[in-house]
Amino acid sequence: MDIFLQLISSGFLVGGIYALIALGFVLIYKATNIINFATGEFMMIGAYIFYSLMVYLELSPFVGFPLVIVCAALLGALVERLILRHMLGQPNISIIMVTIGLSSILLGLAEMIWGSSFRSFPPLFPRKPIILGEIVLRSNLFYGFVMAMVVVAVFLIVFKYAKVGVAMRATANDQVAAFSMGINVKTMFTISWAFGAIAASLGGIIIGNIGGVQPTLGHIGLKIFPIVILGGLDSIIGAVIGGFIVGIVENLAGGYLDPYFYGGVKDLAPFIVLLFILFIKPYGLFGTKEIERL
Amino acid sequence: MSILCVDDVSLAFGGLEVLCDVSFEVNEGEIFAIIGPNGAGKTSVLNIISGFYRPKKGTVFFKGADIGHLTPDKRAAQGMSRTFQNIALYHGMSVLDNIKLGAHSHLKTGLMGGLWYWGAAHREEMALRKKIEEDIIDFLEIETIRKQPVGSLAYGLQKRVELARALAMRPEILLMDEPVAGMNAEETEDMARFILDIKEEHNITIVLIEHDMQMIMDISDQVLVLNFGQKLTCGTPDEVQKHPEVIKAYLGREKNQ
Amino acid sequence: MYIGDFKETYASDQAVFVNTTSRFWLGVLFVLLAVFPFVVGDYLLFMANLIGITIIGAVGLNILTGCAGQISLGHAAFIGVGGYTAAILSSRFNMPFLLCLPLSGCMSAAFGIIVGGPSLRLKGMYLCIATLSAQLILEFVFVHWESMTGGIRGINISPPQIFGVVLDNDFKFYFLTVTLVIICVTAARNLFRTRVGRAFIAIRDRDISAELMGISLLRYKTYAFAVSSFMAGLSGCLWVNFLKTVTPEHFPLLESVRYLAMIIVGGMGSILGSIFGAVFMTVVPEGIKSILGLLVSVFPNAMSFLFPLQQVIFGLLIVIFLVFEPHGLAEIWRRIKNYFHLWPFDH
Repeated sequence: MDIFLQLISSGFLVGGIYALIALGFVLIYKATNIINFATGEFMMIGAYIFYSLMVYLELSPFVGFPLVIVCAALLGALVERLILRHMLGQPNISIIMVTIGLSSILLGLAEMIWGSSFRSFPPLFPRKPIILGEIVLRSNLFYGFVMAMVVVAVFLIVFKYAKVGVAMRATANDQVAAFSMGINVKTMFTISWAFGAIAASLGGIIIGNIGGVQPTLGHIGLKIFPIVILGGLDSIIGAVIGGFIVGIVENLAGGYLDPYFYGGVKDLAPFIVLLFILFIKPYGLFGTKEIERL
Repeated sequence: MSILCVDDVSLAFGGLEVLCDVSFEVNEGEIFAIIGPNGAGKTSVLNIISGFYRPKKGTVFFKGADIGHLTPDKRAAQGMSRTFQNIALYHGMSVLDNIKLGAHSHLKTGLMGGLWYWGAAHREEMALRKKIEEDIIDFLEIETIRKQPVGSLAYGLQKRVELARALAMRPEILLMDEPVAGMNAEETEDMARFILDIKEEHNITIVLIEHDMQMIMDISDQVLVLNFGQKLTCGTPDEVQKHPEVIKAYLGREKNQ
Repeated sequence: MYIGDFKETYASDQAVFVNTTSRFWLGVLFVLLAVFPFVVGDYLLFMANLIGITIIGAVGLNILTGCAGQISLGHAAFIGVGGYTAAILSSRFNMPFLLCLPLSGCMSAAFGIIVGGPSLRLKGMYLCIATLSAQLILEFVFVHWESMTGGIRGINISPPQIFGVVLDNDFKFYFLTVTLVIICVTAARNLFRTRVGRAFIAIRDRDISAELMGISLLRYKTYAFAVSSFMAGLSGCLWVNFLKTVTPEHFPLLESVRYLAMIIVGGMGSILGSIFGAVFMTVVPEGIKSILGLLVSVFPNAMSFLFPLQQVIFGLLIVIFLVFEPHGLAEIWRRIKNYFHLWPFDH
């Protein structure tokens, strides 16, 4: 029972961090209908930039975070303007493939710049683990979770109340109508990419702080897919719930099954769950079946 | 004798009632027109007939049998063919291949036969080409464009290629969704002539949706009027034109202008 | 010079190689393919085999993704299934190569159908993610089902034997590869002259109206997955017999991406494009490698850039082609051909 509670609670914390990364995907999908396969690489780049600022320039984290946010926003906006802008109106397959190509470029660049070796962050948070009754929570995980939740909350508030958030929601709902209401839809696309990149790279910093950073960190980005399929592609709340579910499933599978398979089940479990869901509900758990017209 | 019978059909998307208790019968060899204002549910009727939408209630009989359980492709194989409001040609293929695609259910080549090709598949393709050239390309006067990719064609020609594809299905009933929408007077006249020829020479029953009142009244044998998903009336063009409800709901508006 | 066509039968109008000129060049190609192994060295023979094996895989993926419009991120895993089937059959059951080959294809096809069957209900990105899951699950199985796959150490096999001839070097293997490439390319081309190929393209272009035209989506999507993964299986079987070993790291997700890159660079939906793509994507990394090799004298650690540089270039190629040349090398080839069509009297 102890182990069970322990697994569930650390799964919950990891899930909160996943939710932030999934948010980076959902923000882009919601406004532009683009499946961004490079979310994981945005995350990895964010983590590396933060690492460089901390280690090479020896800046304080309070300077580092805003700088990473600026860099990520620039990266996201640049990608949208230089690549995705040209893909408007292209078939879905091509757009998916462009983002896959992008992820390959970012992965290669990161390895050329920072090398393939594993780097760990200088300590950000107090090292003392958090103890709740019989449950012991790693401090990096706990503070990372708190940070992720704060960022998610900020995004939710921006989306709900700020002018730019309302404009983004309008664009997501109906591009033509938003356009005729005087919203610059193309700018909204750029902003969504910037926001998506920010969310992903902040997630990357948190993940990097827990487990270190290397170019393949972006593979964690693949976990977005089980999360968004669970939570619905375009729902922010769905992404948060999906994140928690995936975090918990993963931890339980890792804790109970990994010993039998010599590792690996932990990362695989969400995808098995995902396949089951798709077999039963082809549009995901909360996805809506579109009414198709002829 | 009725070839197609739509009996008491209702359709809803969520809470939105699209069709409500619509019934009508189409007789063999006639031109049956469906008219009504935008959003009246005309295209939905065609979609239910061809099996793309499942009705909430009601049945569709084709050649006397209930076809409610059949998927669209099975209905096509039974002799039901269709053209679309927004042209649905395959832009990755030439005109000829688009037309050949229409003959899909009449061909037999399977996966293995296709991979091997020589022999049966080759003979079948050649016979198909001959039939299409003689019966359809010649009839619709599209000889010069047969090798062109469909994307490069003018709108009126695309509509004609779509008709050619529908004819290649050798249908017993042809469902046409706004065949002359967006065409100029000359193209409309051509299309009307083709429709009449199809009915008379090929003996194909035609169900068509159209907004061009003059053409409807000229060529159709029966007219069904829909408004807000409900059947207003159904009868010959003369009867329909005189029907007070119709004048009020649809034609009347034009008179006032 | 080619001037015009006069055709008297529908058969001659619909032939793949419509005139004497194109048939002449086809003949030249066959002669070159036959002479090639006798005049080149070991390295080029090795590369030729590699390219041939890749072509078969790329043609398979192009049928599924380029022609039938079903995006797959699991192609490398299907190639892996074929490879492992071949390795297991030959190392455990001593099965002759000529039996292993079709059986590996069938095994992959079976997996393809299992993954692709539900694709009737999955669209676009949902299918993409389902195939991604299949890729990850199969990778896991390759690594963890040690009793069958040999885990990360993999399986070693002895060279294949056909009609008493042991194909123990690249020269002998070349003829097997070329034969299979010709068979697969011809079969794929044939398919698109019949209703099956037309149905694939119709499903890609507008799946809903395709169904109203009498095409059973379930059947033809399953066909597309079956043909595609059958070829993947053949490719895998050849690959394993060529290298005489199979390990899980041959079939990672990255390899699936590489195959997708191939068909994009070559030309989606074009059989010729798959060939161009496979050649291009095999030659380019080798080119990078040799350039870096030259640089080693100046920068001793140049080789450590090999992998990331390949990554960047793959990605750039995908992006550049999709943005500027979405129909790929096949389209460029067509333009060049048209240019020389009436050359030098093109005005």
